[in-house]
Amino acid sequence: MAYVAVKGSERAIEAAHAWLAEERRGDPALPELSLAQIEGQLGLAVDRVMAEGACHDRGLAALAVKQARGDLIEAAFLLRAYRTTLPRFGASRPVETGGMRIRRRISATYKELPGGQVLGPTFDYTHRLLDFALAAEGSVPEPAPEAATDAAAMPRVTGLLAQEGLMAPEPPSEVEPRDLTREPLDFPAERPLRLQALARGDEGFLLSLGYSTQRGYGNAHPFVGEIRMGAVTVEFEPPELGFPIEIGEITVTECQMVNQFAGSKTELPQFTRGYGLVFGQGERKAMAMALVDRALRAAELGEPVEAPAQDQEFVLYHCDNVEATGFVEHLKLPHYVDFQSELEKIRLLRREAGGE
Amino acid sequence: MGVLARADADAIATRLADAPALPRHIRLRGPETGLVMTRGRQGGDGAPFNLGEMTVTRCSVRLADGAVGHAYVAGRDARQAELAAVLDAALQDPARRPVLLATVIEPLAEAQAAHAAREAAKAAATRVEFFTMATMR
Amino acid sequence: MNGLTPGFADPVPDAQACFRALLEAMARPGRVERLAALPEAPAPLAPAAAAVLLTLADAETPVWTDAGPVAEDWLRFHAGCPLVAEPGLAGFLLATGGLPALAALEAGTEEEPHRSATLIVQVAGLELGGGWRLTGPGIEREHRLQVEGLPRGFLADWAANGARFPRGIDLVLCAGNRLAALPRTTRIEEAG
Repeated sequence: MAYVAVKGSERAIEAAHAWLAEERRGDPALPELSLAQIEGQLGLAVDRVMAEGACHDRGLAALAVKQARGDLIEAAFLLRAYRTTLPRFGASRPVETGGMRIRRRISATYKELPGGQVLGPTFDYTHRLLDFALAAEGSVPEPAPEAATDAAAMPRVTGLLAQEGLMAPEPPSEVEPRDLTREPLDFPAERPLRLQALARGDEGFLLSLGYSTQRGYGNAHPFVGEIRMGAVTVEFEPPELGFPIEIGEITVTECQMVNQFAGSKTELPQFTRGYGLVFGQGERKAMAMALVDRALRAAELGEPVEAPAQDQEFVLYHCDNVEATGFVEHLKLPHYVDFQSELEKIRLLRREAGGE
Repeated sequence: MGVLARADADAIATRLADAPALPRHIRLRGPETGLVMTRGRQGGDGAPFNLGEMTVTRCSVRLADGAVGHAYVAGRDARQAELAAVLDAALQDPARRPVLLATVIEPLAEAQAAHAAREAAKAAATRVEFFTMATMR
Repeated sequence: MNGLTPGFADPVPDAQACFRALLEAMARPGRVERLAALPEAPAPLAPAAAAVLLTLADAETPVWTDAGPVAEDWLRFHAGCPLVAEPGLAGFLLATGGLPALAALEAGTEEEPHRSATLIVQVAGLELGGGWRLTGPGIEREHRLQVEGLPRGFLADWAANGARFPRGIDLVLCAGNRLAALPRTTRIEEAG
C-alpha cells in the first residue's frame, strides 16, 4: 500500500465541498430540516447512529444524520470522530434492564407470562403498504389510547426458566470489562469484549450473520425468550463523591434469545442464551446481536466451530462499519505508484508469455 | 439529583423563579462535557460489558457560605449542570432545604412521574389480552 | 471537600499550553520550561507539578502521590484520577518528599515500552547551567542543569533505569512554575 501526496487539487476540493453543502440543503425554497425534526420524526435513524457510533446523544446523532445527508454509516463515523474529542469521566454502573420502564415487551416462548405481552410502538402487525396519507402533510394523529396500569412486575423470561433449572445461569461477576476503544482486540476475546464489539457493530452485517445461523450455518435453534424496550436509569459514581448518583435515563432495547444446548458429560441438557443490548429502539439489531452472541459461544459450550458466525476473528474483525468503510473506501485514494508497478509487471509477463 | 438530571435547564429555571434567590457561587470545575462509558450485563444479569459511551456534563460549585455542590447530568446542557450543582449545594443547608424541595424538586419530580405514568398508560393499552380459543375446536 | 480550590482557570487552553511545555521539555531534556497558567493547588503541591498532573492524569490513569489527603482530594476532584497506594500500580507518580524506588515502578514491556510510569518530582531548585551534564537524544552536544533536593544515590538509580531501555520510567522535575524533563534515554554525569 502506498499513497502519494497530491497537490494542486485544493480548489477542486473546495468546489466539491461547496457543491456538497448545496446538495445537502436541497431546494432553498423548501424549509430546512431542524435537528428537532430529525430527532423526533426520524428517531430510528437517530437510534441506529447512536448504536453504531457507540455514543448516546440524540441531538448529536441527529446533527450527524443531517450533516451526512441521511447516510447513516457516514453519520456513525461523524459521531465516533466527535466522541474522541471529549474526556472520559469514567464508567457507569451496569444498567439494570430488569428494572426498565417498559414501552414494549414481548416473548415468543410464553404466551401468558407475568406482566403480560406489551406491544408498544411497533411496525409489527402493520400492513407493509405505503401509506399515502402520510404524503399529505399537516395531519396530526389521534393521541394513542391509554389504559389503566397495574403494578405487576415484569420478570425476565430467562429468570423463569432459571428458576426451574432449565436455563444456564449467568455466573455473577463484577470483573472490570476490557474496553476495545482503549486496547486492541486480541483473541480469543472474552464474552464482554465480544458484546461490546457487537453492540457497536453494523446492523446489516449482524443481521445477515444471524440469518445465516438460522439457515444452517451454525447449530442454532433460537427462540425469542424476550424482547424489551424502554427507559433505564444510568448511575455513575463520581470519584469525588464515592457513592453512585443517577445521571439520567436512556432508552435501550434488550433481546434474550433462548437456545437449546444438548448438554455435555458434565452438564444436563438445558437452554442457553444469546444476548443483545443496544442504545435506543433497535429491535432488529438487538435480535441479530443475540443470535451472533450465541453463535460466538460455540467454542465455550463445546460445540463445533464451523460456520462464519461462530468464528470470533471473522465476526469481530469485520462487524465494525466505520473500520470497514475506512478500509474499503481508502481504495479511492491515489494508488498511482503501486498501480504503476503492477502495470509494468503485467506488461513484462505478457511480453514473456507472448514474445518467446 | 436524579430529578435534576432528568429535567432540562428551562424547567429548572422556571421552578427556581418561584423560589427564594440562590446565594452567589463560584465555579470549582466546569461546566464541562465529557463521556461516561455506559455498561450493561451479559445476559442481563451476568458480567459487566461496555455498551457504549454517553455524553455527560458535570459542574461543581461553591456557595458563598462554603457549601460545595456537584452535578453530573446526561447530555450537553451546561446550564442544567450548573443549576443542578448550585441546587445540590443549597440543598445541604437545612434552612433552605424545605423551601427548595417544595418549590423546585417536588414539582419537577411530579412532572416526571406524570410523564412516566402517561407512557405506562399507553404501554398498558397495547398489552395483549389472550382469549382461550377452546370453543373453536 | 469544602476547602477545595479551583483547578485551571481555563481548563482546555491551560492544559494544552502545559502539554506543549511538557512536549518541549521531553524533546529537549534538561531545558527549563516556565508555565504561565497555573492552578490554585493546595500545599504541598508546587504549581507546575499540579499543572502537569491536571494535564496528564485522568480517570484512566492511576496516580500515586505522597502529598497527603488534601492534595489527593484536589487531584481526585480536578483530574478525576484514581489514587493508588502502591507505587508500582501507578501510571503517574508525584513525589514531594523522598523518591519511590525507581526499580519498583512500572517500566513497560519490551513489546509496549510506552506503558511505563512517569515520575513527577518536586525539587527545591531547578536552574539552567552548572550541576549536571546531560547527553542523549534531543541534545545536540550537552545540556547543563542544576537540580537541588534529589536524594543521594539518584544518579546511580537513574543509570540503572537507562540500562533497561526500551523499558524504563521518564522523569519530570518541577520547582515553582518551572519544569524540566528527563526521558529514560538521557544520560547524566556530575560535572564539577
